[in-house]
Amino acid sequence: MTTRVYVPSDSTAISLGADAVAVALQDLPCDLEIIRNGSRGLHWLEPLLEIDTPAGRIGFAETKAADIADLFANGAPAIDHPNCLGLVEEHAYLKPQHRLTSARIGLISPCSLDHYRSLDGFAGLEKARNMTADDIVQVVTDSGLRGRGGAAFPTGIKWRTVLDAPAEKKYIVCNADEGDSGTFVDRLIMECDPYCLIEGMLIAGLAVGANEGFIYCRAEYPLAITTLQRAIDTATEAGYLEGFSLQVRKAAGAYICGEETALLESLEGKRGLVRFRPPLPAIEGLFGKPTVVNNVISLASIPIILAKGADHYRDFGSGRSRGTLTVQLAGNIRRGGLVEVPFGLTLRQLLEDFGGGTASGRPIKAVQAGGPLGAYIPADHFDTAMDYETFKDIGAMLGHGGLVVFDDSADLGHMARFAMEFCALESCGKCTPCRIGSVRGVEVIDKIRSGEQPDDNRILLQDLCQTMIDGSLCALGGMAPFPVQSVMKHFPDEL
Amino acid sequence: MGNWYRVGAEQDLGTPLVAGESLITLSVDGMEISVPEGTSIMRAAALAGTNIPKLCATEDLEPFGSCRLCLVQIEGRPGYPASCTTEVSEGMAVRTQSPRLAELRRNVMELYISDHPLDCLTCPTNGDCELQDMAGAVGLREVRYGYEGKNHLDKTKDESAPYFTFDASKCILCSRCVRACEEQQGTFALTIDNRGFDSQIVASQNDAFDQSECVSCGACVKACPTATLTEKSIIALGQPDRATVTTCAYCGVGCSFRAEMQGDQLVRMTPNRDGHANHGHACVKGRFAFGYATHDDRITAPMIRDSINDVWQEVSWEQALSFAASRMQAIQSTYGRKSIGGITSSRCTNEEVFVVQKFIRAAMGNNNVDTCARVCHSPTGYGLKTTLGESAGTQTFDSVMQADTIMVIGANPTAAHPVFGSMMKRRLRQGAKLIVIDPRATDLVDSPHVRADQHLQLRPGTNVAVINALGHVIISEGLEDKAFIQQRCEVDAYEIWRQFIAREENSPETLEPVTGVPAAQIRAAARNYASVPNGAIYYGLGVTEHSQGSTMVMGIANLAMATGNLGREGVGVNPLRGQNNVQGSCDMGSFPHELPGYRHLSDLATRTQFEKAWGVKLDAEPGYRIPNMFDAAVDGEFKGLYIQGEDMAQSDPDTQHVQAALSAMECVIVQDLFLNETAKYAHVFLPGSSFLEKDGTFTNAERRISPVRKVMQPLAGMAEWEVTCALSTAMGYPMSYQHPSEIMDEIAQLTPTFSGVSYELLDELGSIQWPCNEHAPNGTPMMHVDEFVRGKGFFAPTPYVPTDERSNNKYPLLLTTGRILSQYNVGAQTRRTENMAFHAEDVLEIHPSDAEVRGITDGAWVGIKSRAGETVLRADITTRVQAGVVYTTFHHPESGANVVTTDNSDWATNCPEYKVTAVQAYPVSNPSEWQEMFSKFHAEQGNFLDQRKRKKPVTTQS
Repeated sequence: MTTRVYVPSDSTAISLGADAVAVALQDLPCDLEIIRNGSRGLHWLEPLLEIDTPAGRIGFAETKAADIADLFANGAPAIDHPNCLGLVEEHAYLKPQHRLTSARIGLISPCSLDHYRSLDGFAGLEKARNMTADDIVQVVTDSGLRGRGGAAFPTGIKWRTVLDAPAEKKYIVCNADEGDSGTFVDRLIMECDPYCLIEGMLIAGLAVGANEGFIYCRAEYPLAITTLQRAIDTATEAGYLEGFSLQVRKAAGAYICGEETALLESLEGKRGLVRFRPPLPAIEGLFGKPTVVNNVISLASIPIILAKGADHYRDFGSGRSRGTLTVQLAGNIRRGGLVEVPFGLTLRQLLEDFGGGTASGRPIKAVQAGGPLGAYIPADHFDTAMDYETFKDIGAMLGHGGLVVFDDSADLGHMARFAMEFCALESCGKCTPCRIGSVRGVEVIDKIRSGEQPDDNRILLQDLCQTMIDGSLCALGGMAPFPVQSVMKHFPDEL
Repeated sequence: MGNWYRVGAEQDLGTPLVAGESLITLSVDGMEISVPEGTSIMRAAALAGTNIPKLCATEDLEPFGSCRLCLVQIEGRPGYPASCTTEVSEGMAVRTQSPRLAELRRNVMELYISDHPLDCLTCPTNGDCELQDMAGAVGLREVRYGYEGKNHLDKTKDESAPYFTFDASKCILCSRCVRACEEQQGTFALTIDNRGFDSQIVASQNDAFDQSECVSCGACVKACPTATLTEKSIIALGQPDRATVTTCAYCGVGCSFRAEMQGDQLVRMTPNRDGHANHGHACVKGRFAFGYATHDDRITAPMIRDSINDVWQEVSWEQALSFAASRMQAIQSTYGRKSIGGITSSRCTNEEVFVVQKFIRAAMGNNNVDTCARVCHSPTGYGLKTTLGESAGTQTFDSVMQADTIMVIGANPTAAHPVFGSMMKRRLRQGAKLIVIDPRATDLVDSPHVRADQHLQLRPGTNVAVINALGHVIISEGLEDKAFIQQRCEVDAYEIWRQFIAREENSPETLEPVTGVPAAQIRAAARNYASVPNGAIYYGLGVTEHSQGSTMVMGIANLAMATGNLGREGVGVNPLRGQNNVQGSCDMGSFPHELPGYRHLSDLATRTQFEKAWGVKLDAEPGYRIPNMFDAAVDGEFKGLYIQGEDMAQSDPDTQHVQAALSAMECVIVQDLFLNETAKYAHVFLPGSSFLEKDGTFTNAERRISPVRKVMQPLAGMAEWEVTCALSTAMGYPMSYQHPSEIMDEIAQLTPTFSGVSYELLDELGSIQWPCNEHAPNGTPMMHVDEFVRGKGFFAPTPYVPTDERSNNKYPLLLTTGRILSQYNVGAQTRRTENMAFHAEDVLEIHPSDAEVRGITDGAWVGIKSRAGETVLRADITTRVQAGVVYTTFHHPESGANVVTTDNSDWATNCPEYKVTAVQAYPVSNPSEWQEMFSKFHAEQGNFLDQRKRKKPVTTQS
């Protein structure tokens, strides 16, 4: 009897030896069907080998190629093997999650249309095809979905603007230039369930009247790019892309190109320079045409919203943050990975219940949420509920859902300096507060840290932060002071 | 804002004018103001009298929003939006000042100054620096960061460009230079390299400016708010103390400039934002190449000599004029009234041209007057007068901004009419389609962000075949505008033309072997031109300087009429006139058969009008054209010539024939700034005055009369118009005017199309497009709106007749000539400037395959021989020219380009066929015989000048 074996094929698993595991499996004299699935996002367990059994898929953690022969010594792996996790879907990390957007990752072979269709793939698109543009936009509006790239702007309102903009040509642009520290969910979707993103973009096209789309994918994600390309080719061959031209573009390798207007400039073949707003991209976007610019997760959430209805999605969440948040646990954390849960869980639940505390075993000192421009949140705020508004109330932001954990050995003064340094490194250079301010920020922090007129320089630093916040052209310069200010506020001894 | 605080300087409203349909009312610091929809808050505030601090914004460029000085607060909106990039909305309440805004601006300025050299007192733009102005405006008092931080102060200065320097240490990264290069000039030579704090402005691929694609138009220098890009003249001399608006003396675009002065020294020429032709843009010639005006080569004392083999002798004006007058009178008494004549100058003012033709008609008593338009746009006069009724372009330059398809025929605007070329490129970048009809691949065919949809690369001399083929496609494919033709044109003439053009002999397929242009391309171009709402045609000397020049002009007019592309914005037939005042010199009655305003001599009423005004009897017979003068001189019948500001010995075709004619004359009077090639054959030299030394007017290619204003005294004491009047007086016909405005009054009185023109009106309006009269008191931007000047448009049949000048075994190549950007015409002006750095010699462009079979290598000497003569140039092997065609320019006298060109000319107007000469090319090691002779003659005449007997020097020292 043929045994079906799943070996993950995303970048994380591969970097931990998954390909070698697959090769070792092939070399076995057993009757195996090896399926390269995506990752389920339980990164500390990768490569996570799964074996199909009548009871379900059984997992084996941290599989190494060298272990394979041993593991399959008796033709089938032993359930009592120390690395055996039992049924994967029952795993304590996965079981409490509500995987709506990431429902299929790790379950299917990424580019298999059959796999995709077998788990409700294209159900949303089919529904959308029988709806008016107006109705599609209404469903998205009613779902309460907000931009998952970080800005949390209501997706339905954005789509409405593009739908209502009179133009012969409109575009759907997917922002896949995932550059925030500690984030990886866009990559997981693209590498593990690319059709979900494609379906979301097709529905977006129907909703606003666009017939051309671009996925602007981070240059450091080569596997995502090839996976997307394969998926697009396959979907095109199968006729799914009829009437819609979809291309993957390799990003320019700059953090600023994840800013939507710089992204549009870059897509047009120019320097990734930030544009001023208004005009909004929804009115004058790519090549001056009305353009939907959405993050991967926003677009990948669309199929299930269409398939299961606005209510189904909206019923998750808390306050004005509806649906689920794809939290990514990273940094100094024991169980790093993807946790998709409804908005409203506390930070502590994520860090402790899912994350299991720090990898180092020391106490958590701070968490940086929302990427390199996010505030450092001290432990006394860990009971804050994770939704957009509550986070804003404590001077933090959810951003793209990344949580980077630091233990008590971290030098947060240094991390504050890093925020300015990062801004200086990644600034496009267009506006003065960001271009010069970030460099001066590093210098002033250095002066404070070396004891040079610390009081005056702290005032100057506060002044500079506020100038950057109020004066910068885009969110890079406008938010780079947040981590600095959070350190000054919560960890005054360190800066 | 460069001169934000300075009295009399241009005000900069920060963002460009927007032609919004409705008016929006908002309040700025409590003051209500209504502005067109789409206007920025910054502009609205400036119009309301509040200048919001700014650095990256200027009225000449689209808003950018980078400096963050212009932040404001808007009631009901969060944050601090930039006023340059935020549009006004109804009822908006804007605050431009508040404690927080003041603090923000001061903090931003503090960041700027933390990376800026503190050398204001010794900085070249001290007193004209926006950064300095803004530091003052925001009240910056200290830089808390200190000056030891990371900075750009050690950046080196690039001084490689001839006219300006680039000092990166003073750059504030506002991108105004980059944007000016893109938006205004369209060259895309500048860019920003690196990012963040390491961002820097670079030319091309981080090249030195003189090695880059930069064309030195100066737009970046004007746009720069600091001393980063600064004119070398400003570095050397300091800031000007006054400025006068005047008009450029180079090409037919007629750019308006502010001549910025220190005393009587010209410090800088700055393009005038209010200039109606150029809107604040300029090119390397007008902007920078003014050094010739005070060059040491200027001759500032009159000179005479008995024969051209004599040394010159400096004399007083009285002596010179009486010598000239008596010689001319003696010639007339010996050889007859018609044995003398004169040439008006397309570089002089309208007023000066008018008095020259008046002098010839009234004092010489004949009509032997012609002008250099003879050798450039005379076919335009003939062709457009015949078909449309007026010998001038139909549109304003601005009209091109509404064209959907632009057809450029035999013109190279980015080189010869650069400022208009930039405007055209701007329209092309907006998406207009482009058809280029040219034997050469000009810049427009393929340059950054501009590419011709069709380049009809025809064989030289087959223009008419191409225009007929285009007409054929329009008629045979039913693309004509029947309603327009029915309503606006002579239907019988149209019917004759239609039947002619529909013949198979005019089909692109039949003509393909003749023109060398694939029929499919012609068809595509015809559809392109005929099927858009607005098709506009621009043409140059590549149309007129042919044996069928006039036919081609009529063919162009036919095409425009057949497609209804006349009489509104965005369309038209537009000759790009070569010289600054070639339109004006033609308007002013420079032709032997026409009085001012293109009225034929044979018209009794007109003639009577002039006779009455001038108090003389006028000869009713047309006089000699230039080529006839030369022929008659060689035949011994024409003996005396007064030449104002033209260098026929270099610019006219068949140089050796011109030299023979000049040598055969007994009195050649040359009035010029320099001892030019023609003056080497002269007996009297009358020093001319530059455009800076007199009042007057120039008329550009769009019929725009613009003021020329005196900013310094004539170096020789008199301007041309005064000298001509004195000469006329000496010859027995007294002429005297106190001021050129009186001449314009006389022009207005005698010329129906100018009857409303006066200096007062020019002062009021800035410029006037003729006709300007009781029907059009403020002038006529667009012609032929409701009907053609001649009434109904006339379709003239245009059968293609091949030129006699064709390639054969002996002369297998076709030579065509043209211009380049940095040099102007015969180069008399530009060769006496730093523009020599761009183009030190004329070269022969030759296709690689033609070069290879002849053993010609790049940069090597190559002989070019035609049936007229032979010369030697260096080879430039390039695919800009097609195989079988060679190309050169005529900016340097020793090149002898016109030694090679022949006496072939347009059948109707005698305009020379410069554009087609059958030649052979071959490797050589020595100059040609003509060049040897030229160099000997040049040296000899140089000696005659150097050894001139000087008057006692006038000195002011005691």
